[in-house]
Amino acid sequence: MVKRSSRPMSAGPSRIAQEHIILGIAAAVFVMFSVVVPDFLSGSNVISMVQNVSVLGILGIGMAITILGRGIDLSMVASMSVAVAWMLVQLNAGAPLSQALPLAILFSVAVGVINGILVAYIEIPAIFATLAMGVAVYGFGKYFLVDTDVNYLPEAWQWLADIATARPLGIPVSVIAFAACALLAHLGLRYLRDGRFIYAMGDNPVAARTTGVPVRVLIVLQYVVSALIALLAGLLMAMLVASMNTRIVSSTLVYDVILVVVLGGISLSGGRGGIGSVVVGTLLIGIMLNGMTMLNLTYTAQNVIKALILLVALILDTLINPRDEQTAQQGDI
Amino acid sequence: MILKTLLAGLGLALTTGMALAQDADSPGPAYYAALEGKTVGFVPISMGFDLTQGWLAGMQRQADELGYEIIVRDPNWSVESGIQAIQSLIEEQPDLLVIQNNDNRSYNRLVQQALAAGIPTIQVQQRVATPSDAYVGPDWYDIGRRTAGALVSACGEGTSGKIAVVEGATASPASMLMLAGINDLVAENPGITIVSSQAADWDASKAFAITSTVLLQHPDLCGIAGFWDVADTGTAGAIREAGLEGKVVLATSGGGNREAGCDRVASGEFSVYHSYNVAGQARDLNAAIKMLLQADIEAGSAPFALISPLLQITQENMTPSSCWTLDELTQMGG
Repeated sequence: MVKRSSRPMSAGPSRIAQEHIILGIAAAVFVMFSVVVPDFLSGSNVISMVQNVSVLGILGIGMAITILGRGIDLSMVASMSVAVAWMLVQLNAGAPLSQALPLAILFSVAVGVINGILVAYIEIPAIFATLAMGVAVYGFGKYFLVDTDVNYLPEAWQWLADIATARPLGIPVSVIAFAACALLAHLGLRYLRDGRFIYAMGDNPVAARTTGVPVRVLIVLQYVVSALIALLAGLLMAMLVASMNTRIVSSTLVYDVILVVVLGGISLSGGRGGIGSVVVGTLLIGIMLNGMTMLNLTYTAQNVIKALILLVALILDTLINPRDEQTAQQGDI
Repeated sequence: MILKTLLAGLGLALTTGMALAQDADSPGPAYYAALEGKTVGFVPISMGFDLTQGWLAGMQRQADELGYEIIVRDPNWSVESGIQAIQSLIEEQPDLLVIQNNDNRSYNRLVQQALAAGIPTIQVQQRVATPSDAYVGPDWYDIGRRTAGALVSACGEGTSGKIAVVEGATASPASMLMLAGINDLVAENPGITIVSSQAADWDASKAFAITSTVLLQHPDLCGIAGFWDVADTGTAGAIREAGLEGKVVLATSGGGNREAGCDRVASGEFSVYHSYNVAGQARDLNAAIKMLLQADIEAGSAPFALISPLLQITQENMTPSSCWTLDELTQMGG
């Protein structure tokens, strides 16, 4: 365990393999599309591939942090949509950003703290605690904070949307946000003491606690971080489309987020994988969505192809890394 | 005594005369009696968005005025919850049902059950195969044709003639009918080509993703046909992000809510907007409710439709009353 937490980014041979398999498939799909689709390789289109999944990727980073610590955060989408919608409601009511944004941040921190307390101190399994919390947050938000599903960014705050749709040096702000978020999370997990502790905790919580890791505080911390990352993703999403629709809570977004996390090789049983896995998983989804949109495939055909490629990825991984005693838990709940 | 009798006689004559006059001029008491104390069940696909909130505000105002009750059951986008809500309402035997359905199939049997139970049923916005007493909503095919028509006139000579379609949900009849309308009109205009037709699932983020990709692939795109104002805030976002605002024509449609519609037309995000005008639909719903509660006929025996007239809104013809807000409908709607 000591050895693994000292080099968390290369924990175990099977993880590296899965991440590389996905990278390989992403490359294969990329090459295939560049042959089939004209203009696929243009610089701006390559950026667009990342741009359209950057919100998904940012959510994936938050989710990855909780999963690495042997948790999961199913309340991310609910807390993000309610916090951002509430902020928009306040702005529409004439409140200044200096009030609306801190309150949204406070709301997200509160959701994270409650999640953490439920999991760490009351010891409810994370999957149930955060599932219930997601429903509770949405219900609370719709009852007390946000009347309508769709909340628009007021005209006076249009400059926020302009920031989000800007392209400094030709790179969209959402791509920069995703990259910055990934880099920070990567460095934090690798070099910060608490980041290393999250790996230790995910690998073996009992051993981590015995060796003096403040496991409970750390669990609370990781849910606060995931709620804040979700808020960032939500802000970006709302600024890009100048609105926030709380209906997103009943969409499959949270499963897509888990998918990009697990696809890249982060084990649902905690402690294995890294932010690189999330980036690779996100890229594969981005390349597929972009290429299929350019081919003008129908929605149903896109879903079928997406599912097939994901299945191939999982089958390849199982063939190359057969399950044994040590890896049996990987990807299994 | 004689005076008293005379006065009494005069009084009697007066009241009889008044009653006669009233019978001749208006239904009077019978009208109010037909509506007072009645119950109307309302099952939208979900509360909390501009269309359903607008209808309810208008319906509620009339209900308060005329003394009948509206029972709202909110399935929050879940077809299963909607089925349960309608089933339990049929058990409760309201005097009338108002149903909005998602997909024109799931509620078919329930509409039949409600009619069999003798409950007059109004369908709003979309209808199932079974005709019920009334349909209040737009002609989706016509919206598709008019949306495409706006693009055809904007993308004639001197433009690439290329248009993209950002659809709703593939399986939704409203979306399918709009698409059919667009395709038919484009087929009649050989100068126009549809270079992309993708479903955004009524979702702004998906509309953004599709549009940004399509704009990169076709930088000379002339126009985009959107299917719903709420999702097309995302389409407009992608146009803005690509720096093509004012160069790509975006035609879309919606319920005519000010924030969703007119504000976007004013800002130039939507070039042409077709409104099915929820304020007018609320009035139609109220008319259908009043008619059905008064009519003494078997449920479902005389189905009729009130198709929502479409308003085309552009920057040139927009007035302060082109769109509505929920506050206005709550105070004066229906």
